This record gives sequence, C-alpha cells and structure tokens, in this order.
Amino acid sequence: MPSENLAITWRRIPERYRLAGSYCENCKTSYFPNRKLCPKCRRKGRLASKQFSGRGRIYSFTEVSAGPAGFELETPYLLAIVELEEGPRLTAQIVGATEKDAKIGDEVEMVFRRIMEDSPEGLIHYGYKFRLAKRCAPK
Amino acid sequence: MRRVAIAGVGMTKFGEEWTRGFRDMLIEAGTRALADCNLHGEEIDAIYVGTMAPGSLVGQEHVGALVADSMGLTPVPATRVEAACASGGVALRTGYMAVASGMHDCVVVGGVEKMTDTPGNEVASALGGAGDQEWELFMGATFPAIYALMARRHMHEYGTTEEQLASVAVKNHSNASKNKHAHFQNEITIETVMGSKYIASPLKLFDCSPITDGAAAAVLMPLEKAKKYTEQPIEIVASAQASDAIALHSRESMSALKSTQVAARKAYEMAKLSPKDIDVVEVHDCFTIAEVMAIEDLGFFKKGEGAKASYEGRTALNSEISVNTSGGLKGCGHPVGATGVKQAVEIVWQLRGKADGRQVKDCEIGMTHNVGGSGATAVVHIMRKA
Amino acid sequence: MISHPVGIVGYGACVPKYRIKADEIARVWGEEPERIKKGLGILEKSVPDVDEDAATLAVEAARNALAFAGIDPASIGAVYVGSESHPYAVKPTATIVAEAIGATPNLTAADLEFACKAGTAAIQICMGMAASGMIRYGLAIGSDTSQGRPGDALEYTASAGAAAFIIGRDKAEFVAEIEETFSFTTDTPDFWRKQHAEFPSHGGRFTGTPAYFRHIMGATQGLFEKTNTRANDYDYFVFHQPNGKFPLEAAKKMGIDPEKVKPGLFTPVIGNTYSGASPIGLCGVLDIAKPGQRILVTSFGSGAGSDAFSIRVAEGIVEKRQAYRGWRLADYIANKEYVDYGVYAKHRRKLKSL
Repeated sequence: MPSENLAITWRRIPERYRLAGSYCENCKTSYFPNRKLCPKCRRKGRLASKQFSGRGRIYSFTEVSAGPAGFELETPYLLAIVELEEGPRLTAQIVGATEKDAKIGDEVEMVFRRIMEDSPEGLIHYGYKFRLAKRCAPK
Repeated sequence: MRRVAIAGVGMTKFGEEWTRGFRDMLIEAGTRALADCNLHGEEIDAIYVGTMAPGSLVGQEHVGALVADSMGLTPVPATRVEAACASGGVALRTGYMAVASGMHDCVVVGGVEKMTDTPGNEVASALGGAGDQEWELFMGATFPAIYALMARRHMHEYGTTEEQLASVAVKNHSNASKNKHAHFQNEITIETVMGSKYIASPLKLFDCSPITDGAAAAVLMPLEKAKKYTEQPIEIVASAQASDAIALHSRESMSALKSTQVAARKAYEMAKLSPKDIDVVEVHDCFTIAEVMAIEDLGFFKKGEGAKASYEGRTALNSEISVNTSGGLKGCGHPVGATGVKQAVEIVWQLRGKADGRQVKDCEIGMTHNVGGSGATAVVHIMRKA
Repeated sequence: MISHPVGIVGYGACVPKYRIKADEIARVWGEEPERIKKGLGILEKSVPDVDEDAATLAVEAARNALAFAGIDPASIGAVYVGSESHPYAVKPTATIVAEAIGATPNLTAADLEFACKAGTAAIQICMGMAASGMIRYGLAIGSDTSQGRPGDALEYTASAGAAAFIIGRDKAEFVAEIEETFSFTTDTPDFWRKQHAEFPSHGGRFTGTPAYFRHIMGATQGLFEKTNTRANDYDYFVFHQPNGKFPLEAAKKMGIDPEKVKPGLFTPVIGNTYSGASPIGLCGVLDIAKPGQRILVTSFGSGAGSDAFSIRVAEGIVEKRQAYRGWRLADYIANKEYVDYGVYAKHRRKLKSL
C-alpha cells in the first residue's frame, strides 16, 4: 500500500482541495499546480496566487482497468486530462461516469473526493476529481 | 572531441529470469561485452550503469559501486545514471561524453533492471515514479493510462485506429521470434491484440510491453583504440538528448514527443544525416502508440501517418525502414534500465551483420531512441560502421 | 427571544449519485419487498461512491451554499459539521471543509455528534454566535454516510447526504429568517454505536414512541407555545425522517395536514441521511417556498433530543434562487444510477477482504 508523507500532502492542500494555483503578472500565464518560478519568464516572472474556477473540458481520457496499489476499490475508473477554462491542464479522475459516457470536449466541473487512504488506520488524502457538468451528465 | 566507437557488446536473455538476481544479470551482460572485444578488465577506466528503480524493486541503491565490486573492477570509478526508462540510453551518452572528452579511454556502459522479484502492482507504482508523483501518479495515473491518454489524442487528431496500433505489436512479436535473446518467442495476430483485455482504454494488454528482467552492456573507446580490440568497431556518430515537462498534462501536444523531435533534430545535425539515411532503428515502444509517435517524431513518417504506415507494413523487417528488429520493448521485453543499452547492442549486431534471421540487408547506419517517463527525457544515438 | 435577527443567507445540499432499491436489499435477505416498502415508506436510498464520505459530502454541500449566498468564504467565522460518520474519530471534519472552501485560517471550527440531529445543533450554535455578534457568518452542516448492519431493518434506510447553511445576522442578506428555536432533550437509549463498532445497535420498536415521537412532538409543541403559534400558522413542516412513515404519523398525532409535510419528505427516494435528513428536507422546501411563508423544522437525534425551528422565508430568496447556477436538491435526486447489492457492498466496504 503506497502512502504519502504527511508534510507533502499538507503543503499541497490549497491546490488539491480548492485548485489554488498561480499566475505570472509578467507574461499573463496561469499555472496549475502552483509554480514558484515562471518557466517562461524565469527570473523576470512575477508570480501571484490565482483561484481556478473548477470548470473545464475533457482533453483526453482513459478508463483504467488495472489500477495501482491503493486504488483497488475504485478500479475501473475514468482518468482524464482536463483543460481548465483558465488554460492549464491537469490529470484527474472523472467520477460517476464510464468510458461510454465521456468524450473529448465534454464540460466537467471539480468535485471534492477521497484520493486515497494510506492504510485502514492511516491518513485519508482528499483532493479534486471532476464530474461531467450538469448538462453533460449521463441521463 | 574524439571520435568514439563501441568495441564490444553483450546482453542477457531477456525474460522472466527466476533463477538469476540483479547482480547475476549484471555480471553476465558485462562479461559478454568484455569478451566480445577481448578485454580482461585492467584496461577499464570508468563504469556507467543505467538503472531506474533498484531501490523500489530490489531494495538496492548505490548500484555503481555494486557493479564495480561484482565485476571485480574496484577501484574503477563507477556511477549510476538514472533517467527513468531512458536510464540506459543516458548511461550510454554519459559514457560517450567521457570518452569523447578525453577524460577516459575505456568505459563500460551497462543497463539493468530486475523486475519480477516484485509484485505487479508495486512494479506499477515504482514505474509511476517516472511521471509526476504528486500530480499524476497520486491522482491514479498509471503508465499505461498516461500513454492511453496520448493514444486517445492521436486517434482524435489523426484518426489512428486500435487495429493500426495492434499491427505494431504484431510486427514486434514477429521480429522477437527471430531473436533468441527476446522475452517473447511467439508470433501473434491482430486478433490476439484486439481480443486482449483493456488495461487503460484504448490500450489493451498486447499494446503494452511486459515486465522483464535483463541486462545489457557495451564497451566504449576512442575509435582508433577500438580498432585494436575488434575488427568491427561501430562508431557513435551522434548522441543527443532533450527534456520536456515531467507531467503529460503540462505539454503543448500529447500526440507527439517534443523531446524526441528535438533530440532527433540535434542528432541528425551532429551526424550530418537525415531520416532517409537510417537503415535500422530501435525505437522506444513501451506501448504501441509510443512506436507510432516515435517513427513520426524521428522523421520517418509524417505526423499522423505512423499508425497507418505500420499497418501497411512499411516498418517491417527489410521494408521501407526496419523498426525494432530486436522485437522492441514489446517483443524483446523492457527491463527498464537495460533497454537503452540493449537498443545499442541490437544496432551493433545489425551493423556487424550478426543479427541472424532478423538481419537488415545492406545495413550501414542505425539509430537508437530511448524515452524516459512519458517523454520527459528522450535520447537518440546514431551509429555507423567504422 | 433571540436578541438579534439571525437567518439563512445561503443553503445547499448534496446527495450521492448511486441508489439501491429496497427490492434489491429485500431480495438478498429473503424479505417481501412490498411489505418492506409499505412498512417503511421507502422505495430506494442513496449510496455513496467509494471515494465519498461525510467530509466530501459536507464540502460539496458547503460549496453549493456558498455559491447560493454569494459571500466571501474568508468572512465565515465558524464551521460546525454534525455527523455520526465523521471519517476520523479524532481529527475534525470541519477543518477539511473550512480548508476546501477557502475559509481558513481565521475562524473557529469543530465537529458535532448527536446521532441524526447534529446538523441542527450546528445551526443553533451558529445562530447564537451570529446573534451575539461573535461572528458575521457561521457555516452549519449536517452530513452522513450512515451504515446499517447487513440484514438489519436499518439497511433499507441508512443512506448518505448532506446539507449546509450559512447563518448570518444581516436581515438584508436573509433568504429566510430563523425566528425562534426550541429544543427537547432527555437521556433515552434508543440507538447507539460505540467507538470501534462498525454498525449501530438499536432498540427496535423502542425507537418509536418513547424516542422519535416523544421528542419530535415535545420540541414542536414547545416551539408552538414559545412562539404562540399553531399548526395553521405554518405552510410547511419538515420533520426528521428515519423512514417515510414516521414524519406523517407525527403530523397526524399533532393535527398537522400531511400535505404540508410531503414537500419536505425525501426519505422515500434517498433514504435516511441521518444528520443530513431534516436539513435536506429544509433545502427542498426552501427551493420552492415563497417569501413570507413559514416553515417549521424539527430534527430528531437518538439518545435523544429534538431541535425545532420557526423559519420565515425572506424576499431575498427570489433573487438568489435565480442567480444560483449550481446543483439543487432536485438535480441530485434526478441524477441517479442504480447499483445492485454486490456493488453496494463494495461501495460501503462491507467486503471484509478489501
């Protein structure tokens, strides 16, 4: 069973719980996850924090039938690259849908879920997943 | 810079090698490479060994010193090189730079991974470390899933089909069946691939390279020196490497590997060659879609036409371009750290005319292409008969 | 008397997507489905996904409430989460919620437990803090992923859901004013679960008259007296709904028109969401009520106690309802997918080898 260091999870809470990312005031690029250095401007960059809306579209997706250790209960699950409406892309699970419900371009919205649990007595790691937006939801 | 040649090569049989451990395989591949160029060992100045995850897989770190010790080569400086699945290719490039620079005159480059001593889902987690642990693996992304996300984009953008992808596996199994070192010795059909279970849609079990044990090694020397040790030195005429975002989602395109494109361009420039000059190429086909993208990104086919070209047999042995004559990662097996070095071993055998039933005719120039992670590292070498 | 006006400035619910039918549970245990459905007044219940728990449902309900209220999360001064299925025995759910909605770090937070009435206890605490001026806004949540022992009658009803309310003190922001509250509490051992027990134990028929009905009626009638009102003064009644029949029976005993109870009765289609039950009922009524209408809500928590509230719908609800683009209770109820008992057992981690 994999586990994640407490401090790693703790440092990531603002990003994982509510999509807090960053924005470079110099080149006007939005970043998620949070960046400490603008990869485009490097030392000229001026990074500020930015709250993402949680709305986006499916850029690519796959149904994972062989999940890694720690994901036994949710396997098979839908995993996607989501393009946030502000620009950045991220990797996340799509909940409440199977492969036949999803297609590239579908609108999705962030939900808050358990990502994994270190062990039955260990820490629960929470974070973002996505679901098909209301009007894309499977009927 | 000095001209550099490969004087000797060797590899273990790839496969599920239950009777041999991590050290046994290293010793076997190293000994064969030394024997191939009549070296006793005293001549060796340095060792570079590529291995991805021995710490996770067999609990062993500090592999450089372990190799020197196991081979009876102490106190030669020995260094582990790690770039995920490109560890072997980057070890080769490190050895190349050490010899080209004049720092060392005789370098042994090795690659090794012992994978079957570890349960499958733990192997999957260890390999996942080649991607972005905090933002991909943590979210449930396995390596097949990451390549599946690329495959879906390739299908979306270029109309690539699952049958076309399947043809890559069929061709690589066919080549592997002619290679006694290969993990798989059996031919398969499109139906075998299409009928196999989905691992991460649209990729099925037979689109994926297997979990394999193995090791490979090569001896590098300045070209003039190599001629004293072998009648058939193979010159490395280009060595190029490039990096890209570690997470797939941070890249501009997901249907191409920019790292491969950049490394290939630099390699062609360095060798003053173009794709049409290449007779044989070993590409990084950890998944069938990876070979399709590789043959496009290396310039053998136009972007978006790789899958169709594969399906039409244009990458088969002795066709337009012979791709993965060893069987590739799919057929020969993918002991992660060993793969990049094994690719060089295969190209050396091809250029020497020693590739048995899978020999490419009139083979003058060969290429290797090794990828780390989902494309965050790509390393390309071009070799020719000296 | 409440010293300063307090009211709901935003509310939101959350119900998981999956459902299991009473017929399916009855099939597994060899019961007659029709007798169960009629006896409990239940058709189906919600089932949480494998990655949902009381914290995730609370977060989603809280986000909906925030979107409805249209306030800055940083201005929330208190978060209280009531549940009998907090993911941790020690480590608050409320901090997870506060962090997820962006309310941290300048606030107070705590978890509450009082069987099925911990959510309304959270509302009362926020009312007191808002009325006193200790906080500008308080977030009160009832959330549960309740469990019934396999084969027990509770298994037909124990379900999952949450409702969240942002309680404020500025009348201009109210979608509904909470005019008064009255509680009725005794020590009554009708239902309990010890620290390490997976499933609750209960007193069977003892949970009815001495527990549910005594407390629901005690609190409701106490509120009538305290506010000098009668059943006819209210347009809607929301009672704790452990099954589909008890709230209607309670109404009958108190001479209340059952038609005033039905709009806030969701147990027949989502099951008993425990701490979420009467709060979700209130969300459903607020989605349809008109300004000026009055709602009486009475929760019940085993152990035992009831909190009753007299609520008057404010003018502000119309505009906020129109502006709200998120999921409403009706959306959650309509968005459903049935699972069989095997999948349900997996979702609820009743398979021991996992």
